Formats: sequence, C-alpha cells, structure tokens
Amino acid sequence: MSNENQQLDDAVNKLNIVPGTRHFFWVLFKSTFLISAFTVGGGMVIIPLLKKKYVDEYGWINDKDTLDITAIAQSLPGVMAVNASIMLGYKMAGFMGTLVTILATVLPPLITITIIAFFYDLFAHNYYVQMLLKGMQCGATAVIIDVGLNLVYKLFKKKLLLPILIAAGTFIASLCFNVNPMYCVLVDAIIGLMLLRDPKYN
Amino acid sequence: MNILLLLYWEFCKIGLFCVGGGYASLPWIQAAVVDDYHWITMTEFIDIFTISQMTPGPIGINAATFVGTKIAGTLGAIVATLGFVTPSLILCLLITYLMKKYGELSAIKGTLNGLRPAVVALICTAGLSFIWLSVWNTESVPTNFADFDIKGIIILVIAMIAVKKKVSVITLLFGSGVAGLVLGLLM
Repeated sequence: MSNENQQLDDAVNKLNIVPGTRHFFWVLFKSTFLISAFTVGGGMVIIPLLKKKYVDEYGWINDKDTLDITAIAQSLPGVMAVNASIMLGYKMAGFMGTLVTILATVLPPLITITIIAFFYDLFAHNYYVQMLLKGMQCGATAVIIDVGLNLVYKLFKKKLLLPILIAAGTFIASLCFNVNPMYCVLVDAIIGLMLLRDPKYN
Repeated sequence: MNILLLLYWEFCKIGLFCVGGGYASLPWIQAAVVDDYHWITMTEFIDIFTISQMTPGPIGINAATFVGTKIAGTLGAIVATLGFVTPSLILCLLITYLMKKYGELSAIKGTLNGLRPAVVALICTAGLSFIWLSVWNTESVPTNFADFDIKGIIILVIAMIAVKKKVSVITLLFGSGVAGLVLGLLM
C-alpha cells in the first residue's frame, strides 16, 4: 500500500467513529475490555497499549492529553491503570466515557481472578497457560517499544533542550538507580513548575 | 457490621492510601486483610501476588476480587472491587474538574510540561524491563546476555513487524498469545 493510501486509510479510520455516539461507546468498551484482559503488567504497560488504540488507531484523544493524564494517574492514590482509564474516558466522552472505561478496565481481572480462585494450582503450574501468557507478554513488549520510540522521536523533533534532559535524567534515575517513579514524577513536576512555564514548552 | 459494608469500607481505605501503585499497595492490603481481619492467610496473600504477576489486571483489583470471593462469594468480589475504585473515581473526576477550571494557569501548564517528558522516560523504562522479561525471562538487566529465550525473540520480532504493519493492538496481543502456545507445543 502506498504511503498516501495509508494516510487516507488512517484518516477514514479516525473519522469513522465519532465520540459520544452509541457505536463509539461500544467500540470503546470492547477495545478497553480486551486490552485489559490481554495485558499482564502494571500501569506503564497498559497505558501505551491504550494509547496505541485511542490515539493512533482511532484519534479520539491526542498524545499530549494522554501523557498529562498518565502523569496525573501516577501521582494519585489507587491503581494507575484505573486512574488513567477514568480520566481518559472522561476526556474522550465525559462521565459516560468514564463509566465505560472503568467498567471495561476492572471487569477482566474481576472475572479472571474469580475463576482462578477456584483453579489456582491447575492454572499456576500449567505449561500451556504459561506459554500463552509468555506470548502475550512479547506482543505487549512490541507495542510498548513502538509507543516509547515514537514518543522519544517526537520529543527530539521539538528540539527543546530541557524536556530532553528531563526525559534522559528520569530514564537514568529509574533504570540505573531504581528510583521510585513517584519521586521522579515529583521532582520533574517541580522542575517544570520552576523552569518550563514559557509557552514554547506547551 | 454487615460483612459486605465492611468489605466495601476496608477496600475503600486501601484504595485511598495506596499511593505509588503496584507493589506499593501490598503493605496496605496485607495490613488490612491479613493482619487486622484475618480474611486470608499469609500464604494465600503470597498466592495472590504470584497470580497477579502472571494474570492481567492490577494487583489491587486482583486482591480485592480474591478476598471478596473468599469472604462473600461473587457479590463480595464485586463489592470489594467497587470499594477499591471508589476513591480513584472521586479523586480523578475532581482533578479533571480542577484541570478544566485552572488548567490554563501557567503554573499548571509548566508543571505538566515537566511531567510529559518524565512519562515518556518511564514508558521507555517499562519497555526495557519488558524486553528483559520477554527475551531473557528476568526482571532486571540480564546477567548473561547469551542465555536468551529463542521463543521470546521469535514472537517479539514477528510482533514488531505486525506493529509496523499497523495490525490492531488486540489482534496483536491475541495473536502473540497463540504464537506462544504454538511454539510451546512445537519446541
């Protein structure tokens, strides 16, 4: 497929489902439910997958809002994935959006654990279950790499030194020194408050 | 007090106090359900942790469901989970409202400008630890890079190509699971 066709295809795809319609809520529920059901791992894993769906596939919300919401979700009490889905849902379609996304995020683990609670041993030591989960983990890895690289690319394209330094510093702190993400976020918020108020950083 | 109300209330408190997500919520959950109320034993608590490591869903939700089921069946699971997400729901909607009202202030905008690159970095960190997990089956930097999991590499490479071909996320996750199963049968 040529690049032009691809873009047209994207545009059609993105225009197809208008937020707020009944069809939109169904698609939102279905995709959030399935991503929640197939994703093993914490908030920083599920959010790139949701981002891929909402931003890249449907264009319901943009990169900037998604990143803002992720940062806030990380800082609030409770489970990050749930916090993020509440706010993403609200941003896309108001309170109804929130109801749909929170239900779709919480139902899969609720169902899975209820079932597993009865068959724990069978489940935990089954080779095929483990291989299935392992495969899904590799799939999720591919999406996170893609989303991560894409965001890094956009960060560098803006050619602003401070945000790049913040990203690099946070990356090193969390990777090499195992600093709790909460503290990273706190420090970066203060840096932003002091140094990044110029509109060019918005 | 009615057991369902008690479940709801206790998990409300856990949801409110577990800041930092994931593992940070473990001590809170343990204090309430193991130490205070003896709803589950320590062994069962560790089981929940193990299950959470390998099933979808946040550990907080998993614990609420597991404890709720044990105490009061499926209804208990629903009530405990509802309790757990209630504080999130209130706080998140409150902050969304505040952002709408005060989001244009330069102080808020500046703060968010600092947070966005931080999130990019944290997503990359998560990506890297998932690469370790997928290819070397370890959560931290592998000690021996030669000791890789060939099945993991095969699925990861195919999945990367699928991402580039714009395959839908859900198809991709499902397909990768099936690929894992097939490779597990063959190799």
